[in-house]
Amino acid sequence: MTLLDIVLFLPLVAFIVILALPKTLSRTLALATSMGIFIVSLGLLAPFLGKPTSAVSFETNLIWIQSPAIRYHISLDGLGLWLLLLSTMLTPLCVLISWNYITDRVKEYYAFLLLLEFGVIGVFVSMDLFLFYVFWEVTLVPMYFLIGIWGHDRRIYATVKFFLYTMAGSVLMLAAILYLYSRAGTFDYPMILQLLSSGRLQLTAAEQLPLFLAFFIAFAIKVPLFPLHTWLPDAHVEAPTAGSVMLASVMLKMGTYGIVRFCLPMFGNAAHQCAPVIIALAIIGIIYGALVALVQPNMKKLVAYSSVSHLGFVVLGIFTFTQQGMDGAVYQMLNHGISTGALFMLVGFLYERNHSLEIKSYGGVANVAPVLSVIFMVTTLASIGLPVLNNFVGEFLVLQGAAIVSWKYAALAGLGVIFSACYMLWLYQRAFFGEAGEGVRHHITDINKRELLAIAPLVILMVWMGTGTSLFLKPITAVNAQILEQSKINVEYQVKAPPAPSAEPAPATTAAVVEVARAR
Amino acid sequence: MHHLWLIPFFPLAGFLVNGIFGRRFSKGLVSMVAVGSVALSFAWALKCLLALAPLETPHVERYFMWIQSGSLAIPYELSVDRLTAIMLMVVTGIGSLIHIYATGYMHDEDGFYRFFAYLNLFMFFMLTLVLANNYLLLFVGWEGVGLCSYLLIGYYFLKHSASTAGNKAFIVNRIGDFGFSLAMFLIFITFGSLDFQKVFEAAKAVPVEVSAGMMTAICLLLLVGAAGKSAQIPLYVWLPDAMEGPTPVSALIHAATMVTAGVYMVARSAAIFTKAPIAMETVAWVGLATAVMAATIGMTQFDIKKVYAYSTVSQLGYMFLALGVGAFSAGIWHVVTHAFFKALLFLGAGSVIHALHHEQDMRNMGGLRTKIPITFAVLACAWIAISGVPFTSGWYSKEAILGAVHHHSPLMYWIGVATAAVTAFYVSRSMFMTFFGEYRGHAHPHESPPVMWVPLAVLAVLSLAGGFLFNVPHILEPLFPVEHGGHDIMLEIIGSAAGLVGIGLAYVMYVASPGLPDSISSSLGGVYRLVYNKYYVDEAYDATVVRPLVSGSRTGLWQFGDVWLIDGVVNGMGGFARWIGGGVRTLQSGSIRSYAAWVVAGAVIFIIAAGAIAGSNGGLR
Amino acid sequence: MPPIPLPTAVPLTYYLILSAILFALGVAGFLFRKSLITVFMSIELMLNAVNLTFVTFSYQHKQVDGHLFTFFVMVVAAAEAAVGLAIILTVFKNRGTLAVDEIDSLKL
Repeated sequence: MTLLDIVLFLPLVAFIVILALPKTLSRTLALATSMGIFIVSLGLLAPFLGKPTSAVSFETNLIWIQSPAIRYHISLDGLGLWLLLLSTMLTPLCVLISWNYITDRVKEYYAFLLLLEFGVIGVFVSMDLFLFYVFWEVTLVPMYFLIGIWGHDRRIYATVKFFLYTMAGSVLMLAAILYLYSRAGTFDYPMILQLLSSGRLQLTAAEQLPLFLAFFIAFAIKVPLFPLHTWLPDAHVEAPTAGSVMLASVMLKMGTYGIVRFCLPMFGNAAHQCAPVIIALAIIGIIYGALVALVQPNMKKLVAYSSVSHLGFVVLGIFTFTQQGMDGAVYQMLNHGISTGALFMLVGFLYERNHSLEIKSYGGVANVAPVLSVIFMVTTLASIGLPVLNNFVGEFLVLQGAAIVSWKYAALAGLGVIFSACYMLWLYQRAFFGEAGEGVRHHITDINKRELLAIAPLVILMVWMGTGTSLFLKPITAVNAQILEQSKINVEYQVKAPPAPSAEPAPATTAAVVEVARAR
Repeated sequence: MHHLWLIPFFPLAGFLVNGIFGRRFSKGLVSMVAVGSVALSFAWALKCLLALAPLETPHVERYFMWIQSGSLAIPYELSVDRLTAIMLMVVTGIGSLIHIYATGYMHDEDGFYRFFAYLNLFMFFMLTLVLANNYLLLFVGWEGVGLCSYLLIGYYFLKHSASTAGNKAFIVNRIGDFGFSLAMFLIFITFGSLDFQKVFEAAKAVPVEVSAGMMTAICLLLLVGAAGKSAQIPLYVWLPDAMEGPTPVSALIHAATMVTAGVYMVARSAAIFTKAPIAMETVAWVGLATAVMAATIGMTQFDIKKVYAYSTVSQLGYMFLALGVGAFSAGIWHVVTHAFFKALLFLGAGSVIHALHHEQDMRNMGGLRTKIPITFAVLACAWIAISGVPFTSGWYSKEAILGAVHHHSPLMYWIGVATAAVTAFYVSRSMFMTFFGEYRGHAHPHESPPVMWVPLAVLAVLSLAGGFLFNVPHILEPLFPVEHGGHDIMLEIIGSAAGLVGIGLAYVMYVASPGLPDSISSSLGGVYRLVYNKYYVDEAYDATVVRPLVSGSRTGLWQFGDVWLIDGVVNGMGGFARWIGGGVRTLQSGSIRSYAAWVVAGAVIFIIAAGAIAGSNGGLR
Repeated sequence: MPPIPLPTAVPLTYYLILSAILFALGVAGFLFRKSLITVFMSIELMLNAVNLTFVTFSYQHKQVDGHLFTFFVMVVAAAEAAVGLAIILTVFKNRGTLAVDEIDSLKL
């Protein structure tokens, strides 16, 4: 049993313990256990310090179900590491921000939070496709209830929409996983990759494209990529603060993680083939999300649409197939998790005080809550990609990667950076500057110690990840280089291989692939 | 190692101390931390430069890696060469003076500590900008000073106009930064590095581009960036609004240092620009057009700070003109002298405003010469310097620029000379309206305290003698060789005469016969209104860009695209499923007997079907 | 064991026809009677009709399976009768009626 097994199952144990003990203990217990899990999970850093490679650590490979051969195969590499740590870090913070806000069904709430942590950790470490799918679905359940029980007025609509939307995508993925099993005879992901790279398993273009799309659509809904994003604003607006934080910071990353982890290495050919369309959608998402965010009257909706814009950068970076673009994309996943998570927390703090998410019911908050305003400002600046804060590094790398493919991509996506300044600064102006109105002066108080404790780690990380990137970036770079290599093997195979008798690739397809290969 | 990092570090430390603990500090302590950190930075810069003299080649210090991804490696690397040295001295020197001044000017303001924290943060970013040894680090400083500009413009955040001006400054700068970042991407793609030494070394090998190519693209994009930061057409609109900030901010950020960052950046990238003549020509024309346009607007404004703001825009245009014609060192020279006299003009204006209890409209001033004599004396020095009276600092740099421009294109030269006359005119106008004639206001003017006028006196000396003391083109000789030798006396006489004509004209119109301006402006009618309203550029931007963007996003993208179309399709699918379900649901009547009837009917149908199939297969066997 | 001849010469079809008639009566009772008790008895009738065919075929084929199933069905029917009657009593208590058409709370 490795440390990773412990980190994976501790949340499940905590879930059961919280359910078993009386509800007066629940939140203390949740805080203690989630803190404990975070501290234990820091031990996972050990192999990734110094000179990291793309090799995996903490591997456990056991048989879970004999027939069909489903394995409990988990391991950790530089890609999953930071996302896992992000999840374990955010869970105690989410407990903290829910401390006084949740008064109804306290026990179930914290239990679901821990169950959610179990699910997302599982997603980031699973190396067996079936196991991955199980964890992928496990995360849906607690989030469904978190929104549906503790949400705002239209919570049922939002949560059902969220559930059905995501489910629709994941069913496609399940079908693709089963098809892969029928071809490869295994669900074990490293095994499949090995079969692919050795050529013992060859996926023709006619197979790759639908498989790729099945996986990709499942992930794209989760990301969410334009135009599959409409569940997100509803879910965010209706979710309780902690739900929004977990949803934005961790669950959206499951989508982009899945693309990098599965779509690229397995279906490199199809990915290259679809890249122009996906890049176009990503760029539309960047600009569209930013412009729609600009005109939102509701703070949470604004932040939600800004997520659509930010995640567009991530998808853009991935599909540039350049080292810089992919590094930037993965880095941006973490950045978005931190800065948008912080934004949702801050909006939640405001909501707890004034019971409104409408921007127009604020104004002049800076007069009555200076510390809160400063933190909100730092977070705003991080979110709009100011240098020395985290998002800048990611956006720069993504755009540099995009520019290597075509300067037009960088130019169009760069517009999103301009618009991000527009909507965030406008929000800040309307909510924080000016004279404080009656409501604001009566209800808004400055941030308290508990809230400060919850947000401080994120602010520290914003500065740290903006100025000292090597600790974070090195493991990511190593894994991305390998994934790039894997996605290339597939392309070369496709270009070199004579047309398969069963399904010859269309001439246009091959030409596009050759062109992509040459452009690189 | 000379520990260059200490130069920006001191102000950063000042920022952190004042920002975190300032609320509990006394004003004296806050001032001491703020001024002390900048003074220390100045002293350390001086020490480094003395130790590094004569600094023929750049001195580079590497600290650690910032970003590494594939072949892209961005280290924290600072460097000093002679160009940086000049900028360092200007930034820390004038920065110190303005910090001292501000302790007096801001004394009665709320959020005293906040102001100085921001100001120190600005110094940190500005010093990072000039010390950076690669484009990305320069960009850090570049965006950072923009941030501080935003924070300081919006310092009086209770005023809606102030926070709006802050937003405008940030967003317009963002548009410029967009160009700058695209230029960076292209530089990395072309040269494989963002490191100054590597890029410029590689650029030397590139042939001069006769038709537009990569170099031209890079340079034009850099120009977009520079136009944003240095308020050139078409991105100058933020600078006049930026005067919403406290006056020391206008002096430090929006006159002396930050806005010259664009000039510095273009001069720094001279190795690339010289390969792109088309871009150079564009730079020159953008600069010239800005100079003319802003100068004409300056003639008509009544807010004293607005006059100087447009003056700044115009003077920056002059600097760009110099850069565009290849006279990089003349441009930098003007940066230096302009920093002296424009900082002085703003601080002097601040002193006037302070004396009149926040009155900024020149129509409510007049006759202040005797009431605040020290302020008048120092402002007079700046006045003659900017007007280009011979042997003042402004005269040296202006003549250097005009000489180079004449060498490049006589047409540009004559436009430049005319602009010089206009410049002298509007500054003289502001001086005459403020200090001469009868006092038209109601406040009781009082002279500023020594903590405010001593820095002014230092700047006054520099404005007069700065050009003579610091021969910038000579210092920059190793970087930018002076191409055309010798001074053309004729040109210098013409240039000097232009300035004097401007002053004379202003004297006639505002002192000798005060009724004249009104009759001229009313006889010009439409033209006057056009200029007075700043050519309606803000209104045009608002109507063509801002409003369509916001309303298009609201109705077109959000309400139609997102809610109606995309979400409509999604909900439509859900609705479709429910509709089918609704149809089928009527079978579930809830009456047991109807279920039983369905069962019987099903059984009958099944039996008949089975019989039919069996029959068609030849019966059961 | 030697095959035991049928004591009287009642042909197989007679049993089956009887069973079908009983079943049809059960179905008709189920469908057309109003009282829940009668409906319930109709179900028992159908079960017993099926039992009859089981026994008949079991006897015909000289195999014990049919008998087994018959006992199985009888046991289940007994259990079902107990539970069913209890439900019917409760329904009557709660609703005051045993008319099938009025018990339709399953309807949406």
